[in-house]
Amino acid sequence: MFDGRDPIYRQIADQIRQDVVEGNLMEEEQVMSTTQYATTFRINPATAAKAFGELIDEGVLYQKRGLGTFVKLGARERLLGLRRQRYFSDVLQPALDEATRIGIPLEAIAAHLTSAASAHSEEKS
Amino acid sequence: MTPFAVLTEELSVHFGATKALDRVSARIVPGAITGLLGRNGSGKSTLLAAIAAYRRPSKGRVLVAGREPYEDPAVVAGICLLREAGDFADCSVGQILQLAASVRPTWSSTVADRLLERFKVPMRKKTTNLSRGQRSALAAVVGIASRSPLTMFDETYLGMDAPTRYAFYEELLADYSEQPRTILISSHLIEEVERLFEYVLVLDQGRLLLQESADNLRERGARVMGQSAAVESFVAPYTVVSRQSLGRTMAATIYGALAADAQASASAAGLDIESVSIQDLFVHLTADPTYDVLAAGQGTSQHSKELR
Repeated sequence: MFDGRDPIYRQIADQIRQDVVEGNLMEEEQVMSTTQYATTFRINPATAAKAFGELIDEGVLYQKRGLGTFVKLGARERLLGLRRQRYFSDVLQPALDEATRIGIPLEAIAAHLTSAASAHSEEKS
Repeated sequence: MTPFAVLTEELSVHFGATKALDRVSARIVPGAITGLLGRNGSGKSTLLAAIAAYRRPSKGRVLVAGREPYEDPAVVAGICLLREAGDFADCSVGQILQLAASVRPTWSSTVADRLLERFKVPMRKKTTNLSRGQRSALAAVVGIASRSPLTMFDETYLGMDAPTRYAFYEELLADYSEQPRTILISSHLIEEVERLFEYVLVLDQGRLLLQESADNLRERGARVMGQSAAVESFVAPYTVVSRQSLGRTMAATIYGALAADAQASASAAGLDIESVSIQDLFVHLTADPTYDVLAAGQGTSQHSKELR
């Protein structure tokens, strides 16, 4: 774990965000302490503290004095909102760029999307 | 006890005509874990010995907690240096621990007992009858249980198997979290220990090559790959520590903060940027600039070492 090339604090923060979005970490649930992070993953406790600091600034985590660090109420919705905002620029645009590079016309993609959308609405009804 | 700060000012240590350390001005942040990296013979052990007052500076000075430690017993009592598998006297493990307890005001026998059990170091055995791995484990126990405001491990892992090394790191981190202190670790197993470090010092041929926070170091190294001409023009404003060309493509490793729009301009030029591990960066920064493995072949590789 945490063997990517990004700074480790960023990897820890991303992991916690992902856990909150996927519901592995519930709102008002306590997260591991910086010491637990340090000994479990053999990292400097300051690294874990830096990740926590970033998430506290973002309103994902908060600290209860003397008790530890917890997931903030509304954190999941806040993170989902951010990811929805970034979906078009971060996920869809690179896919469209790749399509252009390898010669898939946008019309073909639009057709694919239309059929996916109708299959999806049939499934729902 | 408050963690000790360490400063070296233009510190030089000469052995005859050899400059083991050459005007090293280092600042060790109190209460943090700092990694000391360098190739064999770069001066790591000499630096640690000078900080621990085992050795008197030839020129310049060392300040520990604001005082020169050489022949200052009050400061020296708070400095714990473990060299390799420990330079222990020829007596039993129990006697070593008694001695440590008597000279270390911050000694914790609870921690020592628990660690001895975890590392399976036999109390009654004489140090000379321990295996190298057991002696290293004993050194780890003494280093952690001393809880000294300045604790230094100089390659304290020799002969330890991987599970024991991991246990050592875990125990060190757990005790450090509970009782913050200044810790310096020198190791060749960079990949294994770099995540422990908050700061990194790199020595090269007796000189201080860089001191930097570990996160900055991770963000400052980058490898740029693509068409040679495009790579060359992209890396022009940066310090290039290594170049490798293969045919018309090239990979250049740069050191320094990337411009904010670097990623975008690299993509526009058809270049790939990837980050570089601390170990890879260390290898490039301390490589022998005169040796070129590909000189006879088609490719070329060169290193330059002008930092800052």
